[in-house]
Amino acid sequence: MADTGEGKKEEADYKRLHSFPLIRHTDMPEEMRVEAMELCVTACEKYATNNESAAKMIKEMMDKKFGSSWHVVIGESFGFEITHEMKNLLYMFFGGSLAVCVWKCS
Amino acid sequence: ELKEEITRILTANNPHAPQNIVRYSFKERAYKPISHVDQMAIHFSLNGNMILKDSDEGRRQTIKLTTSEGSDLPFLSSEKAPSAVTPEEAEVKDEEGTGDAQVAEEEEAEGSGAAEAAEPAEAAEAEEPPPPAVKEQKLANQFNFIERASRTLNNPMQERACQSEPTPYRNFSGTANQWEIYDAYMEELQKVEESKEKEKSKAQTAQKEEEKKKGRKLTSLVSQSDDTTKISKAAKIVERIVNQNTFDDIAQDFKYFEDASDEYRDQQGTLLPLWKFQYDKTKSLAVTAISWNPKYKDLFAVGYGSYDFMKQGGGMLLLYTMKNPSFPEYVFSSDSGIMCLDFHNDHPYLIAVGLYDGNVAVYNLKKATSQFSYKSSAKSGKHTEPVWQVKWQKDDMDNNLNFFSVSSDGRIVSWTLIKNELVHTDVIKLSAEGTTLQGPEGLQLQMPGCGTSFDFHKKIDYLFLVGTEEGKIYKCSKNYSSQFLDVFEAHHMAVDSVSWNPYHLKVFISCSSDWTVKIWDHTIKTPMFVYDLNSAVGDVAWSPYSSTVFAAVTIDGKAHVFDLNINKYEALCTQLVVTKKKNKACHIQFNPVYPIVVVGDERGHIISLKLSPNLRKMPKVK
Repeated sequence: MADTGEGKKEEADYKRLHSFPLIRHTDMPEEMRVEAMELCVTACEKYATNNESAAKMIKEMMDKKFGSSWHVVIGESFGFEITHEMKNLLYMFFGGSLAVCVWKCS
Repeated sequence: ELKEEITRILTANNPHAPQNIVRYSFKERAYKPISHVDQMAIHFSLNGNMILKDSDEGRRQTIKLTTSEGSDLPFLSSEKAPSAVTPEEAEVKDEEGTGDAQVAEEEEAEGSGAAEAAEPAEAAEAEEPPPPAVKEQKLANQFNFIERASRTLNNPMQERACQSEPTPYRNFSGTANQWEIYDAYMEELQKVEESKEKEKSKAQTAQKEEEKKKGRKLTSLVSQSDDTTKISKAAKIVERIVNQNTFDDIAQDFKYFEDASDEYRDQQGTLLPLWKFQYDKTKSLAVTAISWNPKYKDLFAVGYGSYDFMKQGGGMLLLYTMKNPSFPEYVFSSDSGIMCLDFHNDHPYLIAVGLYDGNVAVYNLKKATSQFSYKSSAKSGKHTEPVWQVKWQKDDMDNNLNFFSVSSDGRIVSWTLIKNELVHTDVIKLSAEGTTLQGPEGLQLQMPGCGTSFDFHKKIDYLFLVGTEEGKIYKCSKNYSSQFLDVFEAHHMAVDSVSWNPYHLKVFISCSSDWTVKIWDHTIKTPMFVYDLNSAVGDVAWSPYSSTVFAAVTIDGKAHVFDLNINKYEALCTQLVVTKKKNKACHIQFNPVYPIVVVGDERGHIISLKLSPNLRKMPKVK
């Protein structure tokens, strides 16, 4: 039991240590991608406990920068099927356990 | 009367003025004419309303204008005027008061003067009320308020609508689970380890992105350079696979089908039709020659031309493989019909062809052109008649490739490929025996015999047979150029084909348009076997697997297969092989390896047939 507990801790540490933002799928152009990724990382780190405010921040910033009607989903376990405008999708992992999906669709 | 001239004189005199005005002169108490009559005639007069400024009336008006302009008290001017007037009246009245008697007349006069004075005063007065009235403020009232309005031109409205293209959308789906995330990270870490990076997290991702980009670029370059070549190879393989799928049952039959009914058929056999080869451009041409490639057992060459003397067109040489029945592997075209062809035994990429116009040509399959590599010409000694058969020989002493050709002009010519040319040497001139004519001047002409086919002995190199149009078969040797070793009175009509038996070195077979196929021993003058096939025989061929089996095709489209071991008198199989009526089967060839025969017909079709087991019996090894 203690071992498994430690094992879990190690895993958690392991994930956190390797908690770099990992882009899983995107078709954004280079600059947009970099900016969006940075934004997501910032938001998630800022609102580490509250996914909703993190998503809100990301959405509002994206709306301002890249045009209206962005949608953001942050979570640890979800499935999705979305329609997005081409070249406006970012799906990435962060923090070892967070998944962020950002897309534009008016 | 019209031509009378009437003169008129213009003068300054008024024509209406009387010319003799008389006036009463009191002085002389008599009427006297006026000396000078006024000649002026006024045509038009208009009373103007311009008053001289300095005259009385003019001055009066200017005064009125100035007073009316500068007036705050409009009545002042009116007072002035009457006051200006009244002194006049007063003066007048004074004058009236002073003198009565004289005044009576003067009164009248002055009355009239006063009246006159009053008139202008009245006139002045009359004039005065309007200016004050005008000078008063314009009060807008119902009666003299004038409305004026105007409207600008309205531009007409036009509707215009436009819709921008909708932005392109795409669907995307995924699942975000803990294990997905974990797996993704593990994968990423593995990549990191493989690429041997030791940077920290964000720097790592940045570099990884760069690497991913580089990797993508490299792969795209590699694929581009290999595109064309890889595609051609892949396309060929795919084509073959597709063909195999299409003709799957035929391929299965070819490989595995054995006609079981042969057991019951008591030595009769059948020919099972397999693939049919045809090509668009050869639809109007007849198959004139078929030959199997010595190296690739599934590749065969077909020559196309026309047997009809009147209908000579171009010719084609197609190479088909059994693996691809729908399209030929190689296509060559020539100006004149190809009559015969032969593969070189050692160099299976060289094909010698003989053409209808008497030329011979050599095609090289390794070169990618559709033209011949070598061709004879009129200078280099081409035949004057169609070349009916060509055959490669062993390389001569200089290691040059050479081949023989036989033609209707009676010459058998050996062609040698020296460097880039074909050099010819006449080997034999055929002459029909017994046909020497008495020509002019006592010359003895010899009619040249027309060779139609020949075949070289398999073992004895210099020995060969020539079949002619007259029906004779000559046994010749390369060493003797004008004499034959032997003559066989073979047929009544042209010999279409002669062929040595591949196993029995003394035996050969010949076929002819006189409906017969004959088998000979070259030491005996008369044939050993004669078969009458009821129709002109186009071609005959020995089978490569058995010394007693041979096949013949006739003009009525039938193929006959004989096995002398089994039945010496009848064919084992007689079968209609060509598809449509009025189609002659022209050539037949056995495949050296597979139990297949290939038959070519007049319409340019090639049909491959599988021999049933009864036809394939190998002789028992003793």
